[in-house]
Amino acid sequence: MSDLSWLVPLPVVLPLSGAGLTLALFGRPRLQRVVSVVVLSAVLVVAVALLVLADDGPLVSEVGGWAAPVGIALVADRLSALMLTVSAAVVLCVLVYSLSQEQDSDQQTAPVSIYHPTYLVLVAGVANAFLSGDLFNIYVGFEILLAASYVLLTLGGSRERMRAGSIYVVVALLSSLLFLAAIAMTYAATGTLNLAQLAQRLPEIDPSVRLVLQVMLLLAFAVKAAIFPLSAWLPDSYPTAPAPVTAVFAGLLTKVGIYAMIRTQTLLFPGGRLDDVLLAAGLATMLVGILGAVAQDDIKRLLSFTLVSHVGFLVFGIGLSSRAGWTATMYYAVHHITVQTALFLVAGLVERFGGTLSLTRLGGLARSAPVLAVLFFVPAMNLAGIPPMSGFLGKLGLIQAGVAADRPLAWALVVGSVLTSLLTLYALVKAWNKAFWQTPPVPLPALRVPRGMTASTAALVGASLALTAFAGPLYAYADRSAAALVARTPYVDAVLSVGERGQGESADAAGAGDEVVPAGDVVPGGGGGGAP
Amino acid sequence: MIDMSPNVVLVIAVAVLVTAGVYLMLERSLSRVVIGAILVGNGINLLVLVAGGAAGRPPIVGASSEPMSDPLPQAMVLTAIVITLGLTAFLLAMAYRSWQLNGNDEVQDDVEDRRIAQLAARDERATADADIDDAGSTLDEDAEQAHDETDDQSRARPLPGAAGAIDDQSWGGGPR
Repeated sequence: MSDLSWLVPLPVVLPLSGAGLTLALFGRPRLQRVVSVVVLSAVLVVAVALLVLADDGPLVSEVGGWAAPVGIALVADRLSALMLTVSAAVVLCVLVYSLSQEQDSDQQTAPVSIYHPTYLVLVAGVANAFLSGDLFNIYVGFEILLAASYVLLTLGGSRERMRAGSIYVVVALLSSLLFLAAIAMTYAATGTLNLAQLAQRLPEIDPSVRLVLQVMLLLAFAVKAAIFPLSAWLPDSYPTAPAPVTAVFAGLLTKVGIYAMIRTQTLLFPGGRLDDVLLAAGLATMLVGILGAVAQDDIKRLLSFTLVSHVGFLVFGIGLSSRAGWTATMYYAVHHITVQTALFLVAGLVERFGGTLSLTRLGGLARSAPVLAVLFFVPAMNLAGIPPMSGFLGKLGLIQAGVAADRPLAWALVVGSVLTSLLTLYALVKAWNKAFWQTPPVPLPALRVPRGMTASTAALVGASLALTAFAGPLYAYADRSAAALVARTPYVDAVLSVGERGQGESADAAGAGDEVVPAGDVVPGGGGGGAP
Repeated sequence: MIDMSPNVVLVIAVAVLVTAGVYLMLERSLSRVVIGAILVGNGINLLVLVAGGAAGRPPIVGASSEPMSDPLPQAMVLTAIVITLGLTAFLLAMAYRSWQLNGNDEVQDDVEDRRIAQLAARDERATADADIDDAGSTLDEDAEQAHDETDDQSRARPLPGAAGAIDDQSWGGGPR
C-alpha cells in the first residue's frame, strides 16, 4: 500500500475548508474568487494524482485512523478517481465561467456572495460521494451536495425559481428518505454499512431480503439519476437556475446517482437479478426523454430533456452488467459530463448574447456570433454521436456490449439507442436551424459576451474533443476499471486488508464488548476474497 | 446471542409516522409537505434505531458490566436528525418565501409543460416557422409563384421544391 493515501481525503477536505474561508470572506468578493479558484485547481491536481495512483490499485484512507470495518474508509479506486477527475475539471471550468459572468454582469443576474461557499460545498459533497467506502457516508455525501444544490437552485429567490425549487427539493428529500430507509434495512440485515464488508455479507443473507435492499437502493439512486418514471422533476427544475449552476448540475448530479448505481450493482449485488428491469427502464428513459426534447421551445429545457434521455444510455450499460458494458458506461459518463456541461454553458452564452433562450425568438446567430455557433455545433454533434467524436465512440462501445450480450432486451436497447441518437440529432439540428440559421423575428440585442465565459466554454469543448483524441488510453483505463469491478476482490481486499494501516481501537472494542453487534468484528485475516 | 427482536411498538410507530407523512407529502401546500417530510424523516430515524436491536443498554464501552448495545445506529440517527432538521428549516424558508411572492405556498405544476401540452391538444406548433408557415396555400398556388430563373436577386438560387420560395427567406439571406 502506497503511503500517498493521505491524498484521498483532500478532494473533500480542500473544498470544505475553502467553503469556510469564502464564507468568512463574505464582504470581499475578490478574495473569495481567488480562494475558490485556488481550491478547485488544487482539487483537480489531487484528482489527477489519484487517477494515476489508483491505476496500481485502490488507495484507502481511514478517517480518524480507525481500521476499515469500524471506521469510515475513503477509497479511491479507478472508477472513483476517473469520475472525480472529470468532475474536478468540469467544476473548475464552470467556476471560471461564472467568475467572468459575475464580474461583468449587473446585480440582477450576478450570483451573490453566498455562491462561492455553496459551490465549494457542492464540490465537497460530490467528491465525498465518489470516494466514500461506506454506505452511510455516501448518504452524507448526497446530503451535502443536495443541500448545496437547493441553495444554488433557488439563488435569488425569484418566483420562478421558488416554484421549480420547491418541486426539486421535495423530490430530492423523498429520495434521500428512501435511501436512509434502505440503509437502515441494510444495517438491520447485515450489521455493517462498509461497502467491502457488505460485499462479503450480502451473499449470505436471505435472497429475497437482498432483493428488497437492492430495489430500495436502486430506487433511491434512480431518482437522483433521473431514470424515466422518476425523471419528471429534472426538466422542470434545472432550466430555471443560472446558467453555470444548471451546467454543473447537469454534468455532475445525475452522474453521482449513476456512480452509486454502478458501485452497488457491481460490488454489493453482483449476479444481475434486476438487469432486465434496468434495461427496460433505460430504454424508456432514452425514448421518453428524447421525445420530450423534440417538443421543446426553450434551449435549456431541450438540453435538460436530452440529459434525461442520455442517462438512459448509462443505464443501458449498467443493465448489461458485463465487463464491456461497464467499460462503455464509464467512458460514456466521462463523455456525457463534459459535453452536457459544455452545451449548458453555451446555452448561457446564447442567453447572454441574445437575451432569450426561446427558439422562436432567437435567430441568425451563425452570422452574428460565429464563435458561439462553433461552440454550440461541436458539442451538439458530439452529443448526437457523429462519428469521429467521443459520443460516437461511447455509443459504439455500448452497442457492441449490447450485441455481445445477445439477449432480446439487449437487442431492443441497441435499436433504441440508435433511434435515440437519431432523434437527438433531429432535436439539436432543429435547435440549430432555429437559433442559428433562421432570420430572427425581432433583431437580437447582440449584447457583449465576456471573453472569460467564451474561453472557459471553449476550454470545455476542447476537453470534450480531447476525449476523442485520447480515447484509446481512456477506454483502456475504463476497461481495467471494469475488470476490477467484475473481479470485486481488489476493492474488498484493499479496504479490509489487515496490515500496516491504522488499527484504531477496533480490535479492543471487539474484544471488550463481546456482544457488540457484528460491526465491531475484526476482519478475518488476509481480508478474504470477495464472496462467491 | 444478542436479542435482536425489535420492540413492536416502535415498529408500529414507524408505520404510522411514515403513512401519515406520505399522505401529507402528497398535498399541494408546501407547509403540509414539510410536516409530511418531518413525519417520514422521524419514522425512518426510528427505523434506524430499531435496526440497532433491542433497547435498554448503554451504548458505551465499559459503562456497565452488562453487554453494551450497538452505538452505530445511534450515531447514524443523530447525523440523520441533524440533516433532516437543516433541510426542514430550508423548506420552511421556501414556504415562507413562496407565500411572500404568491400569497400561498402551493407547489405548482410545470407551467411550460402544461403550455406545450395545451399546444399539442390544440394541434399547434410550439414555434412559428417561416419555412413551413405557408398560410394554407396549395401546391399549385406555390408553383405559380415560384420562379426558377429570374433576374430577381433574392430568388437567384434554384429552388428545391414548391415551398422553396418561402424557404429561401429563412436562410437569413432574403429581405423580410
